[in-house]
Formats: sequence, C-alpha cells, structure tokens
Amino acid sequence: MGILSGSRKLEELFTNTDALPTESSKAQTDTEVSVYELFKDARDKKLINTIKLNRGSHIKYVKDGLKGLPSYLVALDASKPWLCFWMLYSLDILGDELSQDLVKKGISTITKLQNPTGGFGGGPGQISHAAATYAAVNALATIGTKEAYDLIDRETLYNWFLKLKREDGSFVMHEGGEVDVRGAYCVLSAATLTNLVTPELTAGTAEWIKRCQNYDGGIGGEPGIEGHGGYTFCGLAAMEIMGKTDLLDIPLLLRWATSLQMQLEGGFQGRPNKLVDGCYSFWVGGLFPLLEAIMTRNLPEKDVEQSNSEVSKYIAQSLFDREALQEYILIACQSPKGGLIDKPKRGADHYHTCYCLSGLSTAQHHVIYDFERAKGKDLDSGARSLLWKDDVTNRIVLGDPNNLINSTHPIHNVALPNVRKMIEHFYGERNF
Amino acid sequence: MALEAEVWSDIKPIPLDDGPDPLAPIAYDAEYSEAMGYFRAISQRDERSERALKLTERIVEYNPAHYTIWHYRQQILFSLNKNLNEELDFVKEQIESNPKNYQLWHHRQVLVEKLMDASCELPFINEILNDDAKNYHAWTYRQWIIRTFNLWENELDFVNKLLDKDVRNNSAWNQRYFTLFFNPTKPTEEFLTQEIEYVIEKIKMAPNNISPWNYIKGIIAKSNKDIGILEELCKEIEKQDIISPHAIGCLVDIYESRARKGSATDKEEGIRICTLLAEKHDAIRKKYWEYRKVILTSL
Ligand SMILES: [Zn+2]
Repeated sequence: MGILSGSRKLEELFTNTDALPTESSKAQTDTEVSVYELFKDARDKKLINTIKLNRGSHIKYVKDGLKGLPSYLVALDASKPWLCFWMLYSLDILGDELSQDLVKKGISTITKLQNPTGGFGGGPGQISHAAATYAAVNALATIGTKEAYDLIDRETLYNWFLKLKREDGSFVMHEGGEVDVRGAYCVLSAATLTNLVTPELTAGTAEWIKRCQNYDGGIGGEPGIEGHGGYTFCGLAAMEIMGKTDLLDIPLLLRWATSLQMQLEGGFQGRPNKLVDGCYSFWVGGLFPLLEAIMTRNLPEKDVEQSNSEVSKYIAQSLFDREALQEYILIACQSPKGGLIDKPKRGADHYHTCYCLSGLSTAQHHVIYDFERAKGKDLDSGARSLLWKDDVTNRIVLGDPNNLINSTHPIHNVALPNVRKMIEHFYGERNF
Repeated sequence: MALEAEVWSDIKPIPLDDGPDPLAPIAYDAEYSEAMGYFRAISQRDERSERALKLTERIVEYNPAHYTIWHYRQQILFSLNKNLNEELDFVKEQIESNPKNYQLWHHRQVLVEKLMDASCELPFINEILNDDAKNYHAWTYRQWIIRTFNLWENELDFVNKLLDKDVRNNSAWNQRYFTLFFNPTKPTEEFLTQEIEYVIEKIKMAPNNISPWNYIKGIIAKSNKDIGILEELCKEIEKQDIISPHAIGCLVDIYESRARKGSATDKEEGIRICTLLAEKHDAIRKKYWEYRKVILTSL
C-alpha cells in the first residue's frame, strides 16, 4: 500500500471535482498540486526505499528552540508548558536522550508554572489552565525522574480539577474560561498519570462527551458542533480512560476517521472537505490504535476466543494506510531547515514538529492493548494505561530503515516506557 | 510605545521569575516585558482601575492568547461598570485580526452573556464567516448565540446561501443539521422528506462531495427512514459513468442492511463492491473496505 507504490498512478489520484469548482475544491486542488510535485520527484528519482527522516536537523531545530525563541513568538507566552512538552517529547521520540542539563532546566522551568491553588498555568504567575496542566504533566512524564514527578502537588491539583467541572459533566479550560472536549481529555489524561481519577471526577463526563458525537461520527468541541480531528481524539481518548467507549457509535466514528485520509497526499485532513495538515497525522492517525482496541473489545466472545476468526484478524491491524501517512510526513512535511510542517510551503513550528512525529510513530509502530493480561481483572484507568504495548512483529518503516523512531502511548502521547514509569511511581508497583 | 511614567510612578514592577535557567525563553520586546512587570504588580494587589484596564489592553494586543489577562480584564470591566458595548467594539477589531483565537471569542461570549443582548452578533459573525466560511470558533459561537437567544428563524436561509456558494462547506452542512435537530421545534416527517429531496439534488451536482452524503445518512438515521431510499440515487450516478466512492460506499451500507435481514444476494453484491472499492476506486481506504467485506462475509 502507500501512494508511490500503490495500485494507481499518481496522476489519477487528484480529487474529482465533478466539473463544479468551488472555493473548497480550488484550495484542495492547489494543495494536491504542491504535494504532487514532491511525490512525482520522489517517484521519478526512485527515492521510495531510501527516503530519510532528517533526524539530526530536527533535533537541532528543537535544541535551538530550547535555548531561546525570537520575540515574535510572544503569542506563545501563555503556552510555556506546551513548548516544554513539544520540544522534550520530540527529542525523546527521536531517540535523543535528555541530558542532565535539560532535565534540571525542565524541572526548574515547570516548577515555576505550578500555582499554590492547584494546577499549572501557561507561564509563571498565570492562572491554571487545563491544557497547560496536561502539557506540564506530559513534559514531567517525559523528563521521567522522581524529582520531576514529586514536584506535582496532587492534593491541590485534584481540588482544582473539581473546580473546573460543571454540572453537566463537562470541564472548563480555566476558571471563567471556555468549555469544550479538550477540557475533559486534558484533565483525565493528567489525572490518570497522577492517580487522581475518581468517580467524583468523572461523574457525567462520558454522557456529556457522547452528546458531542455528530451525525457523521466525528466528535465536535461541544454538542452540535462539527466533528473535528483534534476534538475527536480528545473525546475518544477521554472515553477510553473512563472505560465508557460503548456510549459512542464506534462504527460511524471509524468510518469518519478513515474518510479523512487523503488519497493523493496520504496525510489526514481534520474535517471533511478541509485541507491535509501534518498535525492530524496524530489527532486522526492516533484514533486508530484506540479504535482497534475498542473494536476488539466489542467483538462477540466467540470471535475473540476463536482468535483466527476473520473479523478479529482484520481488526487486529490499523485500519488506515500506514505507508501513505509516512510518505506524506517524510516527503511533504520535513522543513529543509529542520522541524516539521503543516503542509508544503509552510514554515516549521514546534507544535507541528511534535505532532508530525507523533503521527509518524503511530504509523511505524503497532501499539496494541494487551487483552490477555487484562483478562478477568477489575482495572482502574492507570492499570489500563499500562496495558498498551508495542507489537514489534508489526512494524512498518517507510524509506531508510533508520527512520524508525520510538513508540508513543495512544492515550497520553508520551513515549511508552515513560508512561509506565510515571504510573508505577504514583500507583505503586503494579503486577502487569 | 512605552508606558506613561507619571501614571505608574507609585508602582514597582515585578520582574518575571521563571527560574535560573528556563527552557525556551522568549526574547520579549522591552515594552511587553515592562507592561507585564506592571501587570504582575497590580494583579498582586487586585487593582481594578482605569490604568489597569489600559494595561491589559496593551498586553493582549501583543498576545491575544494571554487568557490570564483577559480574565483579569473582565473583572476590571465589571467592577468599574464599564460600557460593555464599547468593549464589544474593541474585541470585534481584535477578532478581525485574529479570527482563530479561543480567548477573543470567549471574551465576546462573556460580554454578551452579561449584556443579554445579541443584536449585533449575527451580522458580526456573518462578516467573519464571509472571510472564512469554515472558521470553527465562529461556528461554535454562532451556535451558542442561536441557542441562547432563540434565533432559529432565519438560520436555514443563511445555510442555504452558504451552500449555494460552496456546496462542499462541511461546516454549513453541520449547521443545517444543528438548525433542524437542535431547534426546540422538531422537523415534521413531511419536512424531512422534502429535505432528503434537497440533499439528493445537491449530491447530483457533485457526487464526489462527501459532505451531503454524510448529512443525508445522518438525517435518515435520525428520522428512522430506510437507507434503501438512496439506492436509486446511487444507481443513477453509476449509470452516468460517474465514479463516486461515496455512492458506491452508500451501496455497501444498503446491501449490508439487507444482508443483515437475511438477503444472500445483497450480501454477495456487497462483498463484490467492497472489493471494487478496496482494489480500485478507493484504494487509500483498502483496509477499511476489506474490513467491511469481512463483516459482510461473517453475516
Ligand atoms: Zn496543523
């Protein structure tokens, strides 16, 4: 599979505009042309088996960012924990071990973001924010030392989480802030890693997220809003944390998610009739490991036991084109100056670097839920997060074999061993 | 644009404390650092004054995503009983230059919630959607306005116009669904029958457009009609030698629903066209169509 070695010629893969061009289709055609040029070049030069992830230049891009950012990035002054997470995670997933110096600086930077009233803000002295807190916890997980874990004040964190909660089960992003599905995911992911998930915290939340699923299967920011890759990831991952995915229409969600992979570009769009974007490599690509586990769980008992049954065999793979996604990321999303991008002709940024790499990891690895070990046990959210493992028998590495990067956790998007380490720290030794 | 010295002479700015050696420090402009220094000082004593209001304005102009500043600004506005209509004008300009910013739209919502007056909102949102008809924030805010102030009446007309302009605007199709089914007045069966006719016409205009296909299946599911009513449309498209994976995929749904009721011929036909999609017409979704094929086979 894949685009360049696929069954159809590149030239046949342009979207059929039915002789009715509109604003959407014109933008789509323009994007297809820019990706086509790159793919055609790669095809003509027969680069498909040698195409390289420019690991060194991406690492350099991130390390330069860690040293300092130019003044025009002041718009990120309320996103400091995000910067820490995007950058440290990118290094980690690229296999560049964090130096003692970075560990020390990371801990001291994030310490300054924690508020005495609980949670983390977007910068020192800024009020606590659910997304900032999620990013801070993920950055600390990536740093992965006892000192990093212990700087989190869990008691105030939990009380603050409860203050974000509304009667209908949804969460606001900060006190006085907006409500959307991100709030639920950010709170529940951070709460899982720090052993703070309780029935009190999750009451009503699954029912609220269910209301956000749309007629086409995607999940929107709030009930009634258009389905969107980012919110769908947040909604599905939050449901998986709570063990409530059966409230969603999974077949419809699967269909919606598969429909977003672009037939010429190979990457994902975030909504139907929108343009491909490298960051959806994770937000949409990352839905598939979750869907695979959920669908396997939903199979009738007889199919699971008869493990060679056709249905379970088919589900036990990712139901998207893993090669095609890698082609988009490697051929169209690497900035020659280092860092990764949204689409050709755009500049690199740390957000897209993080999520293109997360998507690449999701396409290379097959991370699966270990049902064998889950059998017959009553598991909390932390234990369930521990059951994800890298199925090394099913890796697909497009291009140069050295392109393989580390595996990422389908719920938290932190490298798998770092999730384990943090959960074992906060829950005590676990028998999994 | 340094701050006026005499206004601030009684305040000692508090410098940023981000630790000895922070990661990814931003090389702030001197003016931004200065303004933030004063902000830290006055917010520490919870000063709600004209000069504090000015200061927040200066900071958000640098960084409209500064949610802490917006939150503080709201408290000042309410404490000083400021004219919130003037603030609406201010945030309007801000949104026009940053239409994809969470904080700005939320700020507007907070103001309108306080004013309980939405008379300027729909024209303003229309203006933003005119520049970007898929702006997610604008649509989210629009739905809040319509629900809160019961402004359902002309929404379907508005959606019609957008779809006339660009039949591929998925946000407009979503708004159509919202207008029909989130409205406290539910659509009649008769209305839905007409609605299906409308969508079929739109599908015929561009059979490769996914949005109305998703929409029509959505309303069929909602209204308990049978998906089989789309068979004629799919066949007609096929007869015109138009290849639309959405039309063929819709046939898979139709055949599967009949196969589930025991029809062996539909099962066979479904399997056949899944193969066609997987191998030929929708190869990027090969895995998905093969999966659907396996489901059909297992029935
Ligand atoms: Zn993006």
